Amino acid sequence: MQVTSTVRNPLVTGGKTIHDITEDVCRQVEGKPTKSWMLVLSMALGALTIGGYALAMTLWEGIGMWGLNKTVGWAWDITNFVWWVGIGHAGTLISAILLLFRQKWRTSINRAAEAMTIFAVICALLFPVIHTGRPWLTLYWPIPLPNAFGSLWVNFHSPLVWDFFAISTYFTVSLVFWYIGLIPDFATIRDRATNKISKAVYGALSFGWDGAAKTWSRYESVSLILAGLATPLVLSVHTIVSMDFATSVIPGWHTTIFPPYFVAGAIFSGFAMVLTLMIITRKVYKLEDYITISHIEMMNIIIIVTGSIVGVAYLTELFIAWYSGVEYEQYAFLNRATGPYWWSYAIMMTCNVVSPQLFWFKKIRTNIVATFILSIVVNIGMWFERFVIIVTSLHRDYVPSSWAMFHPTLYDMGVYLFSFGLFFTLFLLFAKFFPVINMAEVKSILKSSSEKRN
Amino acid sequence: MIEEKFDFSAPIKKKILQMGIAGVVLLIIGIILANFGGHGHAHEAHEAAHEGGHHAFHWIQRLWVDLWINNVFFMGIAIIGVFFFAIQYVAQAGWSAGILRIPLALGNWLPIAAILMLLVFGLANFTSEWHLFHWMDKSLYDIDGPNYDAIIAGKAAYLNTPFFMVRMITYFVIWVGFFFLLKKKALAEDIQGGNSFWYKKVRLSAIFIILFAITSSTSAWDWILSIDTHWFSTIFGWYIFASWFVTGLATITLIVIFLKKNGYLSIVNSNHLHDLGKFVFAFSIFWTYTWFSQFMLIYYSNIPEEGIYFVERMRSDPYMLVFFGNLIINFFLPFLLLMTRDAKRHTQFLQIVCVLVIFGHWIDFYLMITPGTLKENGTLGLIELGTALVYASAFLVVVFNGLSKIPLIAKNHPMLEESKHHHI
Repeated sequence: MQVTSTVRNPLVTGGKTIHDITEDVCRQVEGKPTKSWMLVLSMALGALTIGGYALAMTLWEGIGMWGLNKTVGWAWDITNFVWWVGIGHAGTLISAILLLFRQKWRTSINRAAEAMTIFAVICALLFPVIHTGRPWLTLYWPIPLPNAFGSLWVNFHSPLVWDFFAISTYFTVSLVFWYIGLIPDFATIRDRATNKISKAVYGALSFGWDGAAKTWSRYESVSLILAGLATPLVLSVHTIVSMDFATSVIPGWHTTIFPPYFVAGAIFSGFAMVLTLMIITRKVYKLEDYITISHIEMMNIIIIVTGSIVGVAYLTELFIAWYSGVEYEQYAFLNRATGPYWWSYAIMMTCNVVSPQLFWFKKIRTNIVATFILSIVVNIGMWFERFVIIVTSLHRDYVPSSWAMFHPTLYDMGVYLFSFGLFFTLFLLFAKFFPVINMAEVKSILKSSSEKRN
Repeated sequence: MIEEKFDFSAPIKKKILQMGIAGVVLLIIGIILANFGGHGHAHEAHEAAHEGGHHAFHWIQRLWVDLWINNVFFMGIAIIGVFFFAIQYVAQAGWSAGILRIPLALGNWLPIAAILMLLVFGLANFTSEWHLFHWMDKSLYDIDGPNYDAIIAGKAAYLNTPFFMVRMITYFVIWVGFFFLLKKKALAEDIQGGNSFWYKKVRLSAIFIILFAITSSTSAWDWILSIDTHWFSTIFGWYIFASWFVTGLATITLIVIFLKKNGYLSIVNSNHLHDLGKFVFAFSIFWTYTWFSQFMLIYYSNIPEEGIYFVERMRSDPYMLVFFGNLIINFFLPFLLLMTRDAKRHTQFLQIVCVLVIFGHWIDFYLMITPGTLKENGTLGLIELGTALVYASAFLVVVFNGLSKIPLIAKNHPMLEESKHHHI
């Protein structure tokens, strides 16, 4: 017997039935592409093309097209990388950790969040690949193969190699997790398909799903096992990304709080991006009864929590820099806050620490427009956080004659635009051809957690 | 409705008293051995002190350090009780509604912990030349003196006795205050019923959690980090939180099992134990995560000012075994023993692991506090065991006494039915 307390808000509103769920979600997959979808897709493809030009020029001419110099050897590329990887945390967090915590509200948002995760990780992987300058060799370099061209192995001491393993494992598990969840829904679409092509395509995608009790039992077991495996992976990915910096001896990078603080920041930005995408999707696809204000409120609460954890970490770093008595450490933070990049530090602090606190007000965290704006503000802040950490720690080298500034070129921006184009193209294709809500799992909570028709 | 009340009966009291007496006896034997025993530690140290010009090592220092370890350790369990209680409300957890009185009762120790903290801090630092906290040595700040330490002098704005005392009192005012507020609302809910108390507790809990997020870190810096005055680590506050949290979870689990075995908590079944077991399992791993983050980043970067902390612990005769034992007891054992579903659903395994976890994290605090205060003179012996037992029995008396005064089940908790029918 399952009991639901009276203090819980319903997770599905509008008195939906099981059949309504199927109709509401499948309608988008089965219908013809709408004009607005075509318009947005062409915008995404436009960004992809313009960005593609910048990318092609970078590959043809070399990394010199970017604004890097001898002192600042990492800037936009690694900032974008960490930013995208961070965004790629929310999906698997929702599907894995929230599954382990039996959070039923995850069922309406996990599908799209996981898709977002996968696309964000793809965008993230672009940057280290491009930064190698010779992407056609990239896959060969980090894999520890016996080296046919010489006697060198990969440097196992390097966190960059750990990154390769962590992210590729995470990507694989996230993809499998996402796909397993899709199988029953593909079968639903297959069973409803009226034309041969859809039937064949969705039939192949659904792996012959038969909906038997035994099949469902296996589905649940696999989900639980994958959730158990994915949980440490979610945490490990950004931990290792943080170690790219923290294992160094650069002031502002070498600090022990980095692993958990990066993970919190990643979840923070990931949830912000989920909100940005879901608020539009629920409106366009009329899914307000599935992604309710309570769902948005829950996500906003996670944003407050993770944003505040990040805020505590910022203040801890500042305090310990002073407390340590290490002058390099002290200068690194003084320079962040008052040096030539003070404005990026100010943006970071405002967007990441101050603005999420607005969600303490129930009026704001249950307001769609405010949430949408703040979700974008958070991601601007998180981009600047990585920029601040990376560039301000590097640009004032130990010897003042090596001090330099980083000025992005059009190609830096172009490659970033390319990643946006890629991300939105993939997401739009997903939103059109795949069911954006996990129908099967929403149906499973309908009895216990929905608002009944009056 | 379920009405249960814990009877803090004579047999239970007797058992706890026996533990306390055993602790006192061990402590006395330990002190006698330290004075007259064949170890000769005191004697050697005394000679060394003459050569080195330092103060002689005396067993009373060891006693102060042990008292401090226990203060911090048991205070941590108590505040984690309140924190766990608060988390259940803000997270809208349903499964735990039936056991919430146990974490709440842990908070009863807080007022006593506050007095003990102030008392030991005062006695250990002001009764002799020796200080529990190195930074309290006034000669470090005398710029013309031979002991002048520029780094410590640079921290004087934070590490000075008045400010330290103000902070300590502030923490306790906040913690004890929120404990009483939450308890008051919980008891009022028992009588009046309705959902409104639940919403009030959600609100109070959220405020408490914000304050605890800050004070847990700053208190960890004050009470533990500042012992190794030169050393610093940004993750330290979260590391202490992790250590406290997993100890608190293990304590809650043990008390739940104890009550269940004595015929109380009819609402609890193996599903609830399973969830508690998962918590202990997961947060043992989380503790290890913070441990590894701190250790690995310092080890890898190999900066002498930071690495010395681990050199003193990992590569020194008195502490090497403790250092590795810490990791084995607090990570490998819970990780392996609680891996399976069955282990988390049966009381035998859970009891073994929870005792290990509590013992292991006591060791963890020992390892953080002793090397910085007693240097090479630290040992794990009867004095440590005795003081820990005395504290544990006092703690249990206070907690059980508190528990016996309130209904054991929050009968009007809006999630109680969910908890009763909890099934995983």
